[in-house]
Amino acid sequence: MNIHEFQSKEVFARYGIPVPRGIVASTPAEAKAATQELGGQSVVKAQIHAGGRGKAGGVQLVRSPEEAEEAAQRMLASNLVTPQTGPEGAPVQKVLIEELADIKQELYVALTIDRSHHGPALLVSTKGGMNIEEVAANNPEDIHTEPVDPLSGLMPFQTRRLVRKLGLDQDVAGDAAKVLSALYRLFVENDCTLVEINPLIITGDGRVLALDAKINLDDDSMFRHADLLEYRDISQEDPLEAQASDLDIAYVNLDGDVGCLVNGAGLAMATLDVTNAAGAAPANFLDVGGGATPEKVASAVKIILSDAKVRRVLVNIFGGILRCDIAGEGIVLAYKETGSKIPLVVRMLGTNVVEGKEILSTSGLPVTFVDTLTGAAEAIKNLDV
Amino acid sequence: MGVLVDETTRVLVQGITGREGGFHARACVAYGTNVVAGVTPGRGGTMFDDTVPVFNSVEEAVAATQANMCLIFVPPAFAPDAISESADAGIPLIACITEGIPIQDMVKVYRYIENKPTRLIGPNCPGLITPGAKCKIGIMPGSIHLPGRVGVLSRSGTLTYEAVGQLTALNLGQSTCVGIGGDQIIGTNFVDVLRLFDEDPDTDAVVMIGEIGGTMEQDAAAFIKSDFSKPIAALVVGASAPPGKRMGHAGAIITGESARAEFKIAALKDAGAWIIPTPADIGSTAQEMLRSKGLIT
Repeated sequence: MNIHEFQSKEVFARYGIPVPRGIVASTPAEAKAATQELGGQSVVKAQIHAGGRGKAGGVQLVRSPEEAEEAAQRMLASNLVTPQTGPEGAPVQKVLIEELADIKQELYVALTIDRSHHGPALLVSTKGGMNIEEVAANNPEDIHTEPVDPLSGLMPFQTRRLVRKLGLDQDVAGDAAKVLSALYRLFVENDCTLVEINPLIITGDGRVLALDAKINLDDDSMFRHADLLEYRDISQEDPLEAQASDLDIAYVNLDGDVGCLVNGAGLAMATLDVTNAAGAAPANFLDVGGGATPEKVASAVKIILSDAKVRRVLVNIFGGILRCDIAGEGIVLAYKETGSKIPLVVRMLGTNVVEGKEILSTSGLPVTFVDTLTGAAEAIKNLDV
Repeated sequence: MGVLVDETTRVLVQGITGREGGFHARACVAYGTNVVAGVTPGRGGTMFDDTVPVFNSVEEAVAATQANMCLIFVPPAFAPDAISESADAGIPLIACITEGIPIQDMVKVYRYIENKPTRLIGPNCPGLITPGAKCKIGIMPGSIHLPGRVGVLSRSGTLTYEAVGQLTALNLGQSTCVGIGGDQIIGTNFVDVLRLFDEDPDTDAVVMIGEIGGTMEQDAAAFIKSDFSKPIAALVVGASAPPGKRMGHAGAIITGESARAEFKIAALKDAGAWIIPTPADIGSTAQEMLRSKGLIT
């Protein structure tokens, strides 16, 4: 789960990580008043769940309350399109109005899970305020990585080492080290998959300040973070993806017209690959998951059927933990409730396959049965009208 | 016969009294697996299906039944404890089926078992099966398997069944099939299992199924190039998945471009693996490979 910058900064403040003074505004008038309160100048920042805001016009320095009002008006009126949002952009419902900062130096700091050492890793760089992926590609030596043992946690010698690598002056080194250790506590206690500050700045008067803040939370941990769930902003999610995620169904909206119902992430990816190879385009990735009930399968099918671009449906179920009869019941349930006539190509194998096919073949649904992936690709092509 | 599990495997099921655990424990028994115990705290002293004794702890179950493998079905919030308990009891092999364990719990479990004589398969995996020994420990449908000499190795559950289904349809039997799990932090990786297949006299060749994300396929490619002596066919799925949908920013810095399918395929091709062009061609590619090596006629 992603959360907004202003929410991330609330969490930062709780852990004593210094952030600029800021006020959240939902209207141009509020943005004007906020800028007045901050002394007549501010930075207006569009709040969306995607990076790349600066170059897309989502961050603007303003020199008067009126200018802030205009900037907020512009940002709140339309979707913001950045390289990370896709062509339709993300809706801006709030802007963060922040005091201006006197930037002497910009740093990059992030914490994530590094698969290669099976634990968290802290990354720092003196190339703050830039696109860090470009730094990683062109100047990897400028990024310092510190693997952390999750059982002992981030040790003081490690924060001292990183601060040393950043070449910070003695008078700010202590404060920077404090930010790093607070960040690690925040990362662990909130089950983050990513915490990123880009940039972490040193001000002209020698203060350390998180100018930006990004937190991604582990969806699998939300059962123990009811407080963080309140930060969810559905307006930032694809409506069908949001619906699926509420039902615990892995779903990604794509551009094609072949609705895909699959169990298992690997088989779902394989189904997309085969559909593409057949010259058709999938409308979605969908892994209905193991241990599904007929109702859950029905919900998944209804999500596919409610997608206006879907003209044909490909079902690929290899029964294991999910049984074919349960999948069959769910599909029939969804078609009955929606009255849909969209044709299906169904491939079922594995646990209770005979029962599953029986349920579908006696249902009266427009089903074409196939046995192999090659057959599925052929049948989907033949449905192309 | 095969790797990791065979007729000497004595299985303990954690979560045997749950709906999924019970259903699949029964399917394992029906296939021929020697399920000797169940563990559910608070349900000790009862029997599962009148045949399998249930214990309160792994320690007690091992003492009473000499179980030497543990299969875990407990919910994500309790699975880290279940894995650790089995490792603490000295169980040498654990397969954890549970999907959705918080990643920060898994990194601690990984460290906890790292220096113990325990191998963890998974989590978020289908388990493993040696058809020739009638030993199925996991959630895969037993009926699609055929005893034989091809090792199958995959990050995915259902895609492993797909691979097995295609092999069996061409009468290409399997020595052992191992699903190592789809999570970011897993106990056993491709190289670990390739090493076992390489040493196994009952495995002639391997089919390996990778996917986008991480760099495990590149690690496997490096191992294949330098140390693997048997023919191997490889598939990497996810070439058509939209990039960046599930991966965070800093994770992308660490793995970068190499997480993409085309880079993994290039590495495996360079290492001498037979590349399976699409998921529909798993069986046919394996057949062609085995024929060209004179392993089948």
